[in-house]
Amino acid sequence: MCSDGDRRGGALKGGSGLRTLTLQRSLLAHNQTLAADLRRRFAALSLPVVNLLASPGAGKTALLEALARRCGGEGVAVIVGDLATDLDARRLRQAGLTAVALTTGQACHLDAAMVQRGLEHLDLGSLQLLVIENVGNLVCPAAFDLGEGRRLVLLSVTEGEDKPLKYPALFQSADLVAISKSDLAAAAGFDAALARQHLQQVAPQAAVVSVSARTGEGMAALAAALGLSADRGR
Amino acid sequence: MHELSLLLALAEQVQAEAQRHGAIRVLAVELRIGSLAGVDADALAFAFPLAMAGTAAADARLHITWLPAIARCRRCGHRFGVAGGVGPCPRCHRHGADLLQGRDLHLHSLTLDP
Repeated sequence: MCSDGDRRGGALKGGSGLRTLTLQRSLLAHNQTLAADLRRRFAALSLPVVNLLASPGAGKTALLEALARRCGGEGVAVIVGDLATDLDARRLRQAGLTAVALTTGQACHLDAAMVQRGLEHLDLGSLQLLVIENVGNLVCPAAFDLGEGRRLVLLSVTEGEDKPLKYPALFQSADLVAISKSDLAAAAGFDAALARQHLQQVAPQAAVVSVSARTGEGMAALAAALGLSADRGR
Repeated sequence: MHELSLLLALAEQVQAEAQRHGAIRVLAVELRIGSLAGVDADALAFAFPLAMAGTAAADARLHITWLPAIARCRRCGHRFGVAGGVGPCPRCHRHGADLLQGRDLHLHSLTLDP
């Protein structure tokens, strides 16, 4: 016998021993539940949390190092994901930041469960900002909510102006886009106006800043957008 | 690119549902996936038996219904199909449309035995 309904959202129907169970449930349901838990936890502490996303080599770690040079690393922690090695975490610690390395092995993105494990190594109550530096990838991390308050996506000038059009899902999820390595724009033949036009098309909701970790251009604006004041720390 | 991890999450859901409903086997798994979800049909088909091995769905067939991406213009409300990124509205030519469908990743149904 088959029941015609299901309290937990599944509906059964069928005969001849086979049943069709209709669920219409997200494959990411588990991640979404965990992410919602994280978001509540961060909100209870009024802790701003930024999910930092970009392709490999776009300058995610360098940007955080530059922020630490500018604002001091005190009160700022980074959970950093990498397929292998903890090189990025070591760089971040050298820059004065608290860093927790998540070595993802084969996974091409961070998920909420990994972030939850990373939090075990942090005293959240002492933080003013938590940055989750995602695995370098413009595709997969877009789908995984980490409980962050905001998404910061980097577009480095060496990648080209077309990346927002080619990887729209990630850019559409951005709250803030930083065009990084702006000191190399001329050498790379980067057309900043065209890049901004593409961002406007794909991600009109996102604020856009142009930054250089090397020269410091735009870093004050980025620090302010992240809620860090320049006169903190050193 | 993350098809295997999606399918491992799916395997957990499928196994839990099969147990909850007392099914011995899962004969078919139907997914509904948006065309902009960033997953690849061939990679799903390749990884499916690997992810389902050892579960009640070890021999299940995988059905995928692809959902076209549909956006709605914020200015004029026009609904239009999207390929790739969300471009300007074809009616009023303005940018800024919300994706209504296209990133879906849903387990739609299971066929259970018995």
